[in-house]
Amino acid sequence: MKNDDTIPITVEFSGGLEMLFSNDRKHSLSMPAKDEDGTLSNIAYLVRYLCDSVMKDPRKDLFVLDGTVRPGILVLINEADWELEGEDKYEIKNGDNILFVSTLHGG
Amino acid sequence: MAPPPVLILESLRQQIASCESQLQDLRRQLAEAEHQQRAAQQHAHDRLRTSAPAPFGDPLTHDMRYGIHDDFRSEVFAALSQGEEEQAGEEEQRPPGRRWPLDAVEYRRYGRQLIMPEVGLQGQLRLKNAAVLIIGMGGLGCPAAAYLAGAGVGTIGLVDGDVVEESNLHRQILHSTARVGMTKVESAMVALNSLNPNVKLVSHTTRLSPETALSTMQPYDLVLDCTDNPASRYLISDTCVLLGKTLVSASALRTDGQLMVLNNPPMPPGSTSGGPCYRCVFPKPPPPESVVSCGDGGILGPVVGIMGVLQALEAIKVLTRNSNPSIPETPPDPPSLLIFSAYSSPMFRSIRLRTRKAKCAACSAQASVTPEALNSGSLDYVQFCGVINPVDALSPNERISVNNYAKIRLDVNPFTGTEPSKDSHILVDVREKVEFDLCNVEGSVNVPFSTVTSTRSSGPNGTSNGQQGNEEQSWVSELKSYPDKPIFVLCRRGNDSQITVKKMRELGLDLGGQRWIGDIKGGLNAWRDSVDPEFPEY
Ligand SMILES: [Zn+2]
Repeated sequence: MKNDDTIPITVEFSGGLEMLFSNDRKHSLSMPAKDEDGTLSNIAYLVRYLCDSVMKDPRKDLFVLDGTVRPGILVLINEADWELEGEDKYEIKNGDNILFVSTLHGG
Repeated sequence: MAPPPVLILESLRQQIASCESQLQDLRRQLAEAEHQQRAAQQHAHDRLRTSAPAPFGDPLTHDMRYGIHDDFRSEVFAALSQGEEEQAGEEEQRPPGRRWPLDAVEYRRYGRQLIMPEVGLQGQLRLKNAAVLIIGMGGLGCPAAAYLAGAGVGTIGLVDGDVVEESNLHRQILHSTARVGMTKVESAMVALNSLNPNVKLVSHTTRLSPETALSTMQPYDLVLDCTDNPASRYLISDTCVLLGKTLVSASALRTDGQLMVLNNPPMPPGSTSGGPCYRCVFPKPPPPESVVSCGDGGILGPVVGIMGVLQALEAIKVLTRNSNPSIPETPPDPPSLLIFSAYSSPMFRSIRLRTRKAKCAACSAQASVTPEALNSGSLDYVQFCGVINPVDALSPNERISVNNYAKIRLDVNPFTGTEPSKDSHILVDVREKVEFDLCNVEGSVNVPFSTVTSTRSSGPNGTSNGQQGNEEQSWVSELKSYPDKPIFVLCRRGNDSQITVKKMRELGLDLGGQRWIGDIKGGLNAWRDSVDPEFPEY
């Protein structure tokens, strides 16, 4: 299985999630173009990839729960709610901007 | 001279606060009386001007009678009388006996927004006739209420069950030092009254509950969610859907803020043309351990202020939308989430949100949230959102009270006669460095909790991130280099310290049980209460 191809994307974190990712709000990544099974990378794979290869904080449960992004996190693909784009099945494209926003509750 | 006892200070503050509120009330009564007097004078004056016949005094009458051709005269009279008819049409909006739709004081007070086409006379009348409910009189509610009262919203309801605390004042701009201890609603009313005595304020000095939500929110046209926890956000959104009211929701923490206008337009449940509700966007609540309060995470005053001001702005936009007949009607803005981030560039970004969710529990045709369910109390929002139980991770012999720890530090051991020594043990303070730098117990060393939690406990298996591993291990190896000294762990409230003790064991710092590691119960709060009252509270 050859997975040399990578796609450059920008991943951003907001609402406190950046604390789980080395306190960096903006990450420029080159992620594999295909997932473990050789299918084109989608958001579900990106979330796994972020957990395994980017996130150094061991508190994974503050980011994922039951294999997907935990409740209270909005996933935004190029400035639009992922619900408008096919949720975790959205296939990632060159130059995509994926923003993870944790809801805030303070007031 | 000894400083006055706290009780005296407290009593003085309360007396001053009480006098201030009396004074405010008197000022308000005076303003109303003056206003009525002016209105009466104006009315009498107007009547004089319109009714007094001046056959030769009025130049127009004179010219009409003696100097103008008959045809032209009748044309002018026709034009004049048509003008009167048109005016009579508008007259219906006016309270009887008033010449203009707004009071003279209102023209003056709201002049700067009245001349804007977005508001104008009709927009101002909409604001005047509107009732807005603001839930939460904190960092969001204070600026939101100030701007809405300033803009002349006719009725403003205020909901909050808390009292003003000193730590609120850096951001909750309606409250004041003198009113610490007063209910937030009363304190806000004092400030809002003095800002604009023409606004009718309605106080609700208890926290919103499922049983009271419908009746509390029913009389209002628009609701602002200025609360600070997930349970109230779901409750308020559900109630707004059931009552068909648009909701302006905002939140803030640290340097970030978020804003949404929900249920806009406020169509009944099952209608797909209505705007999404809070549950459409967040069907499931976040895990309670991921929810951070302003008290724990911190908040910058202007950040939450900006979000509250934006709520007032959105409220004005919703209330005055399509009020200007000369501007083409527009539909409500498509649903969006505005994200504010004070230390990002750009600071604002707007995200397109989904429409109503087909299976939403609140706003879809299959909604399970009903008025009956709400009223009966069968919807438990606190349960739904979950609660964090106080951390109870350690056995009693892994813990020590602040008093016993103080003895270890300060007293001579009565049995061995050994001198007390801070050097006999290691005191680890796991608050974040910024907090540790504010104030700390002498001799303590700082290992921030974020460093503790991000240390991998399964040994050096991280090959790809060796550098990170080394960095994080340094505090572990440092502690390992003093194997004979017991470790006491301290934090702000006594929760993180327990988790740290467990983690230290996992990392092998207890040397297989040879070294005692334990937490100081209740943390620095207990330390202040029982040992060192001068230790700063923040
Ligand atoms: Zn909904």
